[in-house]
Amino acid sequence: MSEQSLAIRKFSDLANPTRFLALSAIVWPWMAAITALFFAVGLYLCFMSVGDYQQGETVRIMYVHVPAAWLSMMCYSVMAASALGTLVWRHPLADVSAKTAAPIGACFTFIALITGSLWGKPMWGTWWVWDARLTSVFVLFLMYLGLIALNRAVDDPARAAKVSAILILVGFVNIPIIKFSVEWWNTLHQPASVIRLDGPTIDPEFLWPLLVMAIAFTLLFFTLHILAMRNEILRRRVATLRRLAARSAGYGEASR
Amino acid sequence: MTALLFRDLKLAVRAGGGAMIGVLFFMTVVAVIPFGVGPDLNLLARIGPAILWIGALLAALLGLDRLFQAEREDGSLDLILMQETPLVLTVLVKCLAHWLATGLPLVVASPLLALFMNMDAAAMAATMLTLLVGTPAITFIGAAGAAVAVALPRGGLLVSILVLPLAIPVLIFGVSAVYAAVQEPAPFLPPFLFLTALTLVFAVIGPVAAAAALRASTD
Repeated sequence: MSEQSLAIRKFSDLANPTRFLALSAIVWPWMAAITALFFAVGLYLCFMSVGDYQQGETVRIMYVHVPAAWLSMMCYSVMAASALGTLVWRHPLADVSAKTAAPIGACFTFIALITGSLWGKPMWGTWWVWDARLTSVFVLFLMYLGLIALNRAVDDPARAAKVSAILILVGFVNIPIIKFSVEWWNTLHQPASVIRLDGPTIDPEFLWPLLVMAIAFTLLFFTLHILAMRNEILRRRVATLRRLAARSAGYGEASR
Repeated sequence: MTALLFRDLKLAVRAGGGAMIGVLFFMTVVAVIPFGVGPDLNLLARIGPAILWIGALLAALLGLDRLFQAEREDGSLDLILMQETPLVLTVLVKCLAHWLATGLPLVVASPLLALFMNMDAAAMAATMLTLLVGTPAITFIGAAGAAVAVALPRGGLLVSILVLPLAIPVLIFGVSAVYAAVQEPAPFLPPFLFLTALTLVFAVIGPVAAAAALRASTD
């Protein structure tokens, strides 16, 4: 009980943007360094591992494609959690988090789509197939772009935060439905092979580089996310300062 | 609530071309398709159900942005927000009225268009039935999009962009139910029941999200 209240207090401490900026200023260089380390190890492992006997060298695309696809979903989960934070606890940084996560998530989804397409050409013989997983990732990409467009379309950041939070949550409820219905519609992609009840079916030879790359991608996401949040906070501060300056300038004109 | 239902219905039918605009759009979309794919009757019969469904989906999206915007412009949205009945219920009734005014005419018009598409009687009946069950889902989920975009000056296009991905499951199950009814081995009931379930789920999610968005957009 005491631990939980402590945790909440710590988390709500972050609600102060100044404190968040101070903390993140300390944290982000470390995170960037660890990310670089993981990427170095991961890329080394990727290129040291032998190619698949069937797929040859192209199997190395997997080390970018699969982590990016994982992250495209994790990023939406982060956005949904932030949306809950906005609507339920009115955490002042939650909407900053949701807003800045959307472009990053869209980027990862785009990377997953592009690398998948590059991988699909030698393996399946075509750039694009209307297969269930590809299609649902593409729909996810469209949803990211729609959310970004909505956030851009509303001027007032507080109101933009609320309406996009509602839509993020509606989308979050819908994603499993879309995924299920698309699978009903058509399926060709291989079933999940890493996270399964009876253990991974993928060979350890490929699993280790893949896991290291997945951790590296996750760290990259959080580093970029923190930096983007810092930028957004600073951008809002600049906007507020400009508004104040404009107002005081107006007063100065009037008094003279 | 019944008063609101009738008010919305009257407004929809009488104002600005009325509900017929949606049907007209539906017919135009369907009529344009043969010019694109060629007048081959067999091909048209095969893709007919899908075309009717896509046309109905687009036509249902067409009027959605007006769902709350007219109320916002003349100020009655504030009155709706202030009244004592739960806002979710009001939104639900408004959705029903919107569906009666725009969705139901599409369902009624669909057999006529099915004739144009050279579809047989079974496919025609199945299309009509699935449209009857499926179009409310589009209206309900679209209400959430309309409420989100209500404060925007040009929300119409944005509503379509936001709502279309969410409406994909409705399209998939609607069309696969029709094909299941026509082609022999696949059973009709499972996709049809999924479609019904989708409508019921969206009937809960849509009004709740729309009510929350309406509250957020006014304060």
